Amino acid sequence: MSQQYRLDNGGLIDRNKKLSFTFDGKRYTGYQGDTLASALLANGVRLLGRSFKYHRPRGLIAAGSEEPNALMQLENGAYTEPNTRATCIELYDGLVANSQNRWPSLEHDVGAINSAVARFLPAGFYYKTFMWPASMWMTYEKFIRKAAGLGVSPDKPDPDVYHSRYAHCDVLVIGAGPAGLAAADAAAASGARVMVVDEQTQPGGSTLGKPMSDEYTQWQANTVSSLQNNANVTLLPRTTLTGYFDYNYLTAVEKVTDHLGPGRGGDKPRQRFWKIRAKQVIIAAGSIERPLVFADNDRPGVMLANAVDTYINRYSVIPGKDVVVFTNNDSAYSTALNASANGAMVTVVDTRKSIAESLEKSLNDAGIRCFKRHAITSVQGSKGISSVRIMELADDGKTVQGQAWQIDCDIVANSGGWTPSVHMVSQSGGKLQYDQSIEGFVPEASKAKRINPNYSAGACNGKFATADCLAEGAKAGASAVAACGFNAGSAATLPSVSDDGMGHIEPLWLVPTIHPVGEGSAKHFHDFQNDVTAADIHLAAREGYLSVEHLKRYTTTGMATDQGKTSNLNALAIMAEIRGAQIPEVGTTTFRPPFTPLTFGAIGGQESGELFIQERHTPMHPCHVANGAVFEDVGDWKRPWYFPQAGEDMHAAVQRECSAVRQSVGVLDASTLGKIDIQGEDAAAFLEMIYTNNWKNLGVGRCRYGLMLNEHGMIFDDGVTTRLAEDHFHMTTTTGGAARVLGWLEEWLQTEWPDMHVYCTSVTEQWAVAALNGPRARDLLASMSDIDCSNEAFPFMSMREGTIAGIPARVYRISFTGELAYEINVPARYGRKLWETLLEAGKAYDLCQYGTEAMHVIRAEKGFIIVGQDTDGTVTPLDMDMNWIVSKTKPDFLGKRSFMRSDTSSEGRPQFVGLLTKDPQVVLPEGAHIVAEVKDAPPMQTLGHVTSSYMSPNVGRSIALALLKDGLNRKGDTVSLRLMNGDVVEAEVTNPVFVDQAGERTRG
Amino acid sequence: MFIINCPYCGDRDQTEFTCHGEAHIARPTETEQLSDEQWGEYIFFRTNPKGMHYERWVHAHGCRRWFNALRNTATDEIFATYEVGAAKPALPEGES
Repeated sequence: MSQQYRLDNGGLIDRNKKLSFTFDGKRYTGYQGDTLASALLANGVRLLGRSFKYHRPRGLIAAGSEEPNALMQLENGAYTEPNTRATCIELYDGLVANSQNRWPSLEHDVGAINSAVARFLPAGFYYKTFMWPASMWMTYEKFIRKAAGLGVSPDKPDPDVYHSRYAHCDVLVIGAGPAGLAAADAAAASGARVMVVDEQTQPGGSTLGKPMSDEYTQWQANTVSSLQNNANVTLLPRTTLTGYFDYNYLTAVEKVTDHLGPGRGGDKPRQRFWKIRAKQVIIAAGSIERPLVFADNDRPGVMLANAVDTYINRYSVIPGKDVVVFTNNDSAYSTALNASANGAMVTVVDTRKSIAESLEKSLNDAGIRCFKRHAITSVQGSKGISSVRIMELADDGKTVQGQAWQIDCDIVANSGGWTPSVHMVSQSGGKLQYDQSIEGFVPEASKAKRINPNYSAGACNGKFATADCLAEGAKAGASAVAACGFNAGSAATLPSVSDDGMGHIEPLWLVPTIHPVGEGSAKHFHDFQNDVTAADIHLAAREGYLSVEHLKRYTTTGMATDQGKTSNLNALAIMAEIRGAQIPEVGTTTFRPPFTPLTFGAIGGQESGELFIQERHTPMHPCHVANGAVFEDVGDWKRPWYFPQAGEDMHAAVQRECSAVRQSVGVLDASTLGKIDIQGEDAAAFLEMIYTNNWKNLGVGRCRYGLMLNEHGMIFDDGVTTRLAEDHFHMTTTTGGAARVLGWLEEWLQTEWPDMHVYCTSVTEQWAVAALNGPRARDLLASMSDIDCSNEAFPFMSMREGTIAGIPARVYRISFTGELAYEINVPARYGRKLWETLLEAGKAYDLCQYGTEAMHVIRAEKGFIIVGQDTDGTVTPLDMDMNWIVSKTKPDFLGKRSFMRSDTSSEGRPQFVGLLTKDPQVVLPEGAHIVAEVKDAPPMQTLGHVTSSYMSPNVGRSIALALLKDGLNRKGDTVSLRLMNGDVVEAEVTNPVFVDQAGERTRG
Repeated sequence: MFIINCPYCGDRDQTEFTCHGEAHIARPTETEQLSDEQWGEYIFFRTNPKGMHYERWVHAHGCRRWFNALRNTATDEIFATYEVGAAKPALPEGES
């Protein structure tokens, strides 16, 4: 029979829209307005999953986002999503859901053996069992991951589109229940910009699951309609507040088209991530009912009382025909009356000695039996419930006595009270205090964090009666807009509502049975999702894990995907009882984002794929693409790595490019080099402080290499700077260091030497640079330029202005190869033209394009360093054998004083050397360690490491650069390097310059 | 995620700024005359209070100007932002 638990009338469902779906391959039907949970319940499906650790059969507990058990693997293939809560999945036609954590099937699960061996799987089991020997951990881990875990993540790219956006408002209201709507209404009346977010499909909060008066229903409809029609109000349903950060910055996920089904969102994103900055926040997040902790309280069919209410009223589903209501407070009585009114046989079991006369009377009128001062001591059944046994509670509440009664039933609706949802207050940095009258933590308004002004209103503030929620919401709304400077105006009329919320509560944190906790076969669960029982808390206490933070981590209570929404307070209270302490003394753990799990897609928003990170392209980039370059990422830049010709692999291409530069001429796109324009009357004096060498005496039109140090005396950037005029310099930096260096210059100018007249401007992207390197560079340049390129007219380390093929250019005669070289700078818009013209004119000179890999090899042949590769932030110029560039006459420059520190001036520091392997064909891996003494296995004392290593066609063998302890005194020595694979390589320590040691080529 | 009042631009999101530690530490002159301890004090040692802290910020993705802020490191409340070179603002009442 289809939907045999569906009631004939009522509910917020559309019976004209029948929807078909499958669960574990079986087809069912439900209605528009159902959740997957309510539709399954309507069809009598109670068994929805297996528990995390013991693989116990589990069913629905809740009707909202706090559901710990009913986790689903939703949809298949690329659209599949694990660990979705059936209570939060809106039903759509064709929905496909599967249960999780079971094999081979939900009905017959092999892992259920864990339940039988539960005695051997106590809290801390994994910590105790799998720690030793450490080498076995990898083996254990594979086993554990397979046995535990929840759903399966998709193995295909996410086909959905996500968005993120920023929003600013005066007042953000979290929750659209009675309190939230009253708050939003009051705030919106003032003209303030108001946002309301609510995780449900429609406003109403808890009232969606309760029979409400016509007066209230009318008020709610009017309020929602007026908010929807107010241009200053943004009302977001299906939107969960996930995190509350400083200065009232909050994030929320809007499920825009999830409810339509996969691939049916049209041009809308699947989800939208909101980043909201609010002047004032009103938290009206409601409360969550908590279960009673009694023997075998996890059987499918044991549900929260309000969930039973909600399924009846909102979804028109009666979860069972024989209902036992088990409670310690008044709120579950409405569930009893509701279930009874809808045809169920109802029995009430109340742990309290006496109840209010009015409750007594209404039960009598409905013909409902009530056992006072009784408790459920066992639940019969495994994949469903057949009956419960109840016994009388002793006076101390710690034991049961007398005769056991058996009551046949298929549903237990239980309520242990209501826990205010203080997650957002806690995340905002607010403090909590324990309110004994409601047995729960509530916000301590006077201790709110000042940078996060917010108000709590309604059930999340411990006020459960609807009338109180309305009044508190309206007051918070008025206060919030007043704090924003708006005139709140006169208070709106609120509907009168007569319910009294939770009413009276007498806590019973752990329901006793005939056995002490932990003995006998029954389990008292408080955390359903992580399978944590009261016995685990007792064990943790016995082993000394008394603090709440230790308790949490040792037992894993509250650490599942539901973050303990239904379990936290019960765990704290049970620990308090064990310790003989009050609950506030035990304290509470900190609530952290996200409130409910969210997708990575939503967090990423539109910044995925091509939009994930921006690429920087030089003006010549289209030429490189056309010429078949293979690119390398350097920072955000795409730089040509090498230019393979037909049939060439990388090695062949690089060797060819390296040879060409030293035999004819090569051209490199050097546009990415950082370029900073420095002007002002104090520019030279400024550079004197920034660089280690002298700058005041540099002539106009001359270039000089400079090293920059930090105040610790360590190299952090280098480059060539040219004096364009007395008060005007053109500085170049490393490609990766451009932004860092500009920031460094600005820092000193603004914070330490604000009286200096110096102005720095990044011109990296204003200039396109082609570097000509090689013996034929001059001939090629001269053939295209009006500049006199003779050695006398245009010497090494100077700059000339002129034209190249008619393009205005600055040409710097500087070299990073040790060859005759010219760096041609043209305005960026001419970059592509310059490159094309050079390639064409270069044909007569055997011009070869080369990439960054050849650049690296060629500079290493000359022992030129790359900051960040051959240096690592711990080396001084002295360590790099660059004493020649450190001024002995300047009174001060950045980092100078640090040379005198005992550490930087000590013996035995790593120093820069060359290495030549005994076997010239062996190319050392970069990072390989030079060891003092070769042993069979680590540890071995290291003397240094290889920083650069290549096969050099120009030297005709492999070459390497290294930092070696006391290296400058070891030249000629033989050292040993032990590689990761165990091989030992011997090498000779040499001068780091392998080509043209006299430096004649570059000056000729 | 703070809102920071740049003295030059006004309220802006924290993502536009970077923080550079304790403020009001002048670079010593005549550095060669300093003892190792004095130089070490300057380059290595900084206060790390739980509470009020004068610190340096730069509006890196904005006007690129440096300025100072007075912030409570425990609550992240920013009491003042002020230009480099201006005197330290006094601690607000009840803060230390």
